Amino acid sequence: MSLFDRLRSGLKRTSSSLREAVTSIFTGGRVTQEFLDELEEVLIQSDVGLKAAMALRDRIQEENKKRNLKTPEELFGVMEEMVAEILEGVSEPLRTAPSGPTVYVLVGVNGAGKTTTIGKLAERWRGQGKSVIMAAADTFRAAAQEQLAVWAKRTGSTIIAHQSGSDPGAVAFDAVRAAISRGVDLVLVDTAGRLHTKGNLMEELKKIIRVIGRELPGAPHEVILVIDGTTGQNGLNQARVFAEAAGVTGVCITKLDGSSKGGIAVAIADELGLPIKLVGVGESADDLRDFDARAFAKALFARPE
Amino acid sequence: MKPKMEFEGLSARLAGVFKKLRGKGKLSEKDIDEALREVRLSLLEADVNFKVVREFIAQVKEKSLSAEVLESLTPAQQVIKIVHEEMVELLGGKAKPLDLSGNPPAVVVLYGLQGSGKTTTAGKLALNLRKSGRRVLLVSCDVYRPAAQRQLEILAEKSGAGFFTMDPGTDPAAIARGGYEKARTGAYDVVIFDTAGRTQLDDEMMDEAARIRDAVSPRESILVVDAMTGQEACKVAQAFDEKVGLTGIILTKIDSDARGGAALSIAKVTGKPIKFASTGEKLEDFQVFHPDRMASRILGMGDVLTLIERAQAAFDEKKAEELERKLRKKEFTLEDFIAQMKEVRKMGSFGDLLRMIPGLNRMKIDVDIDPKEWSRIEAIVNSMTPLERRRPEIIDGSRKRRIARGSGTQVQDVNRLLKQFFQARRMMFQMTPEKMGRLRLP
Repeated sequence: MSLFDRLRSGLKRTSSSLREAVTSIFTGGRVTQEFLDELEEVLIQSDVGLKAAMALRDRIQEENKKRNLKTPEELFGVMEEMVAEILEGVSEPLRTAPSGPTVYVLVGVNGAGKTTTIGKLAERWRGQGKSVIMAAADTFRAAAQEQLAVWAKRTGSTIIAHQSGSDPGAVAFDAVRAAISRGVDLVLVDTAGRLHTKGNLMEELKKIIRVIGRELPGAPHEVILVIDGTTGQNGLNQARVFAEAAGVTGVCITKLDGSSKGGIAVAIADELGLPIKLVGVGESADDLRDFDARAFAKALFARPE
Repeated sequence: MKPKMEFEGLSARLAGVFKKLRGKGKLSEKDIDEALREVRLSLLEADVNFKVVREFIAQVKEKSLSAEVLESLTPAQQVIKIVHEEMVELLGGKAKPLDLSGNPPAVVVLYGLQGSGKTTTAGKLALNLRKSGRRVLLVSCDVYRPAAQRQLEILAEKSGAGFFTMDPGTDPAAIARGGYEKARTGAYDVVIFDTAGRTQLDDEMMDEAARIRDAVSPRESILVVDAMTGQEACKVAQAFDEKVGLTGIILTKIDSDARGGAALSIAKVTGKPIKFASTGEKLEDFQVFHPDRMASRILGMGDVLTLIERAQAAFDEKKAEELERKLRKKEFTLEDFIAQMKEVRKMGSFGDLLRMIPGLNRMKIDVDIDPKEWSRIEAIVNSMTPLERRRPEIIDGSRKRRIARGSGTQVQDVNRLLKQFFQARRMMFQMTPEKMGRLRLP
């Protein structure tokens, strides 16, 4: 199934898709001041954020002056184009090491889906015949290592783990070392979920990343911030703080198989310029997709199936 | 590291609106509309669902149009008061405890989206109930997420609860039945069922949730919701309520800086109370939910009403007037400082108090005084001459040494007190009459 179809599938039973909402308020077939006000609110409903909502509203107003928008289709065309522009403007594929092991560190708040995303990434690389080491650097949460171990077993990856409660930097260190000496292609570092409001935990993250960089120059090649697709405006705060503390290079939006269309992606790309690199659209491994700005923008305004 | 707040608090915005209206005398409906537009935007930014916002604003507007508000000299406070009260009401009024009545074991089932925090919440709830002397059994019905069962087992150990689950190949409803049997025969007071995370769009999984419910007939069916959830919170809560019949909500991760509008959305669409809030990483970080605090947080206005109440209870009117007069004249002496400190001590720490004031709540404030230090401070001030108390600027090195000797303290102690005083005075003088006015009840 294409990414667009996958993203759209969640819409089928949500009565109030963005599309329907916009259509329902565009009653007079004319862009009026009142309509623009309502449009702004409806856009906020999709978690794109106040700033993007206002920008979309302004764009509609501008376009309307130029060519008199008369149908909902024309409106969607304008907005879809603009969202795609915002997302494409910062778009970038996942980076890999030119030679030697590639290292990805996954960071994010609790319950965002880091470990599951690691499992899916591992499956993808293993499917291409590459070797993978998982570093269980979440030494805090109960059974986090066991959870990762199950994924390692499923995907035929190696797992490096220390005792629960041990130093996560040391786990990352060992994993990178092992990858270098064994000529492993990919290291996936699973970190403990942490709220961006916890200064000490953000410091810990910095240390993990520092340790990796010291062991393998150029690494980590990606610091991927995993954000739950149902997150509201707080996603912006998350992205801002993680970007500052951990040097996030890309974002993965998960759980887009739910009713949320992940509007927060637009806010993050728009206000922080961070590229969205991956999206999680379901439970199975091939439901982790490379981000496609056009498909995403289209799905945001899609018609229910 | 303090993350930057993206948005201004509501109180600042409302103050802006009403500043324009100041001196206008009676307010019109249009003025109220303008103020309510700010409230609306603020709520939307806090992730309150937009439909909920509309209904809520309509409700507030009706009340705001009463003569009381329109003719009030302090309409901003009146509107904030109404908004706040309505919100507290919506969020469930007084905090409601779990219903564990009837024949034991009392059955609690936790449902929710993936990653909302169900398993951790199960452990926290178990510990909470253990503390009140109950025997608790934790049952894992999550056969999908790798190691979810093991996670709950560890949390059961940590919280002193019993644990039950079955092979991951087993039907979760069968595990639930087995868990209930164990709770019944094992004389447990409470049995908590942790279920797998599921999206409400997954029919098969939602059917499974209903089958788990049917297997154990819960007294409490709780939806666990991440406080950072956005606009989808409504749909999620509604769908779970329709499928399994919720009795309450537990809000997790409120130690984030999310304004938590999802709480309001859910309370409004389900009409179900929020019973607990999860406030940190540790198992102990779990509290009864306080609607009033949540309301203030959603409004991004600091805990201003609590402040007003506490201030009212502690300050006597005359002293407050006297202080206000002095502040207007920019007179603030060490004597006032000490008098203030005495008053403030009745209300809790000075820093806490200042942090509750809108506009000040994001400033770094370092004026808290250790209670143990209090007697020392009094001794220091008592060792000063009346002139020194009124004009602390004149206290030079030799005066400091004398004061330290007289009070049995060190020069550093005197220095510290003076530093705190000057800091407090600077802050007091920054409080303009408008800000002062906002601290008083209409």
